Amino acid sequence: MAKRIEVSGLHAYYGGVHAIEDISMTVEPRSVTAFIGPSGCGKSTFLRTLNRMHEVIPGARVEGKVMLDAEDLYGSSIDPVAVRRVVGMVFQRPNPFPTMSIYDNVAAGLKLNGVRRKGQLDEIVEQSLQDANLWNEVKDRLGKPGAGLSGGQQQRLCIARAIAVQPQVLLMDEPCSALDPISTLAIEDLIGKLKSQYTIVIVTHNMQQAARVSDRTAFFNIAGTGQPGKLIEIDDTSKIFTNPEQKATEDYITGRFG
Amino acid sequence: MTSLSTPRKGSGLGSVSTGRKVKDRTVQGLVYLAFLLALVPLLSVLWTVVVNGAKRLDPTFFQFSMNAVAGKDPGGGAYHAIIGTLQQVAITSAIAVPIAVLTAIYLVEYAGNGRLGKVISFFVDVMTGIPSIVAGLFVLALWLLTVGFGFSGFAGALALAILMIPTVVRATEEMLKLVPNDLREASYALGVPRWRTICFVILPTAMTGIVTGVMLAVARVMGETAPLLLTIFFTKAINTNPFEGPQASLPTFIWEQASDPNQTSIDRAWTGALVLIGIIMLLNLLARLVARRSAPVRR
Ligand SMILES: Nc1ncnc2c1ncn2[C@@H]1O[C@H](COP(=O)(O)OP(=O)(O)O)[C@@H](O)[C@H]1O
Ligand SMILES: [Mg+2]
Repeated sequence: MAKRIEVSGLHAYYGGVHAIEDISMTVEPRSVTAFIGPSGCGKSTFLRTLNRMHEVIPGARVEGKVMLDAEDLYGSSIDPVAVRRVVGMVFQRPNPFPTMSIYDNVAAGLKLNGVRRKGQLDEIVEQSLQDANLWNEVKDRLGKPGAGLSGGQQQRLCIARAIAVQPQVLLMDEPCSALDPISTLAIEDLIGKLKSQYTIVIVTHNMQQAARVSDRTAFFNIAGTGQPGKLIEIDDTSKIFTNPEQKATEDYITGRFG
Repeated sequence: MTSLSTPRKGSGLGSVSTGRKVKDRTVQGLVYLAFLLALVPLLSVLWTVVVNGAKRLDPTFFQFSMNAVAGKDPGGGAYHAIIGTLQQVAITSAIAVPIAVLTAIYLVEYAGNGRLGKVISFFVDVMTGIPSIVAGLFVLALWLLTVGFGFSGFAGALALAILMIPTVVRATEEMLKLVPNDLREASYALGVPRWRTICFVILPTAMTGIVTGVMLAVARVMGETAPLLLTIFFTKAINTNPFEGPQASLPTFIWEQASDPNQTSIDRAWTGALVLIGIIMLLNLLARLVARRSAPVRR
């Protein structure tokens, strides 16, 4: 199921703006990799190049290679829509579909891709909600609107929706930054559980969170405003937080930054 | 201004100065007054139409046409006109709504900053400004005189569609723009193609607003008289075929009856107006019920 991601020489642009420069890294399967770094250094941009969501923005383009096991995601024969089914994404702000019930939100990815069999849908919806640690809270009101849940529940609903299409990689862009501490803990627990099945990449602004949930940590930085973001270093989380190779990483982690 | 320069009394917390209270009241009063003023013409029109129209609001009015009924005769009805209006507006909507909604989808979801989008948007603006009689003349010149078809309800619907398309395009465009980009991205991120995202995520989210926009446009074209005079012409008889021969409609019925000096005709005109308002309100209500079923659920 889970796949290895190998990025080499990746650049991303917004129109004429060079947003990230020459990034190469390997993300291991069944592990959690955290991206940290100051705002605007291109963490979200880089994350979105990993499932070809970057090019959804008008004028945005990507150069370089992203290998998912043996396949180049930017190969000429690759369908970006198919890529997004394999590499799922959870956004910063919970964004359940407002017209749909809880059930339909989770089933959306499958239904909109042509899965119609009720029995199969029921099974996947229940399994996804269980995996997202939400089943017990919503099992009696699956027909109720997804927008009626609390923020933390909505975010877990979005995670359930993302894993219902059975992706191999799960990208999360600051999934807890709009949530209270209790909901944040619930999501962190969930990430720990999901990593046995998925390759997970999470962007976070919270250093403790990176330390708690991730196996590997990547630090990104920019030289100054208007400069492209760069990967400074990626290493085991324990190493990054105790004994990083780069001075900039240490400064950022200890708060002596900028 | 003055309240800033007057020294604060008391602790400055909790007590609102008299000057501000007076201002607050005055402005509140003015706002209510403006609201009432705006209501006066509306209520006055409704009242006049109800009072004058009630006289002939009888079963005969809904069961008979004006065939062989002279202006001074009592009785007669608007059956032929009601049928005509309903058919014409149904055909108008069937033509205009798909074109307009698809145009709006193109403009919002596909055009981006492209040239074609700008050109289309410009022509929609131009269409918005077309006087209704010009739409009628256009259909008269093209459909009837050049292509050679005769007067018909369908020709009237063509003219009304020209008037309806730009309003529905603009209303739909506004509603689609209100759909948060988050939802589009959420759908793309699930590996859902763009067209399915539009059909199953974006349109349902915007549906209530689109339906309201369509209803407003329907209400507007239902009252159009001038373009119909040139395209459906007149008839006092029932014509249930909108594709062949002159047809009646409520606005032309009202126009015809009101221009007759006999009180019996004038009464029929008032009742026609009342029925027209009634139909528009009924359609509005219906559309709201339909829209509610697919409305986004808010807490
Ligand atoms: N949609 C966009 N259009 C143009 N520039 C963008 C867009 N999104 C982000 N950027 C720019 O790209 C750079 C990286 O942004 P982002 O990836 O969001 O950083 P981070 O997630 O690390 O805070 C920033 O300079 C930002 O201004
Ligand atoms: Mg970001």
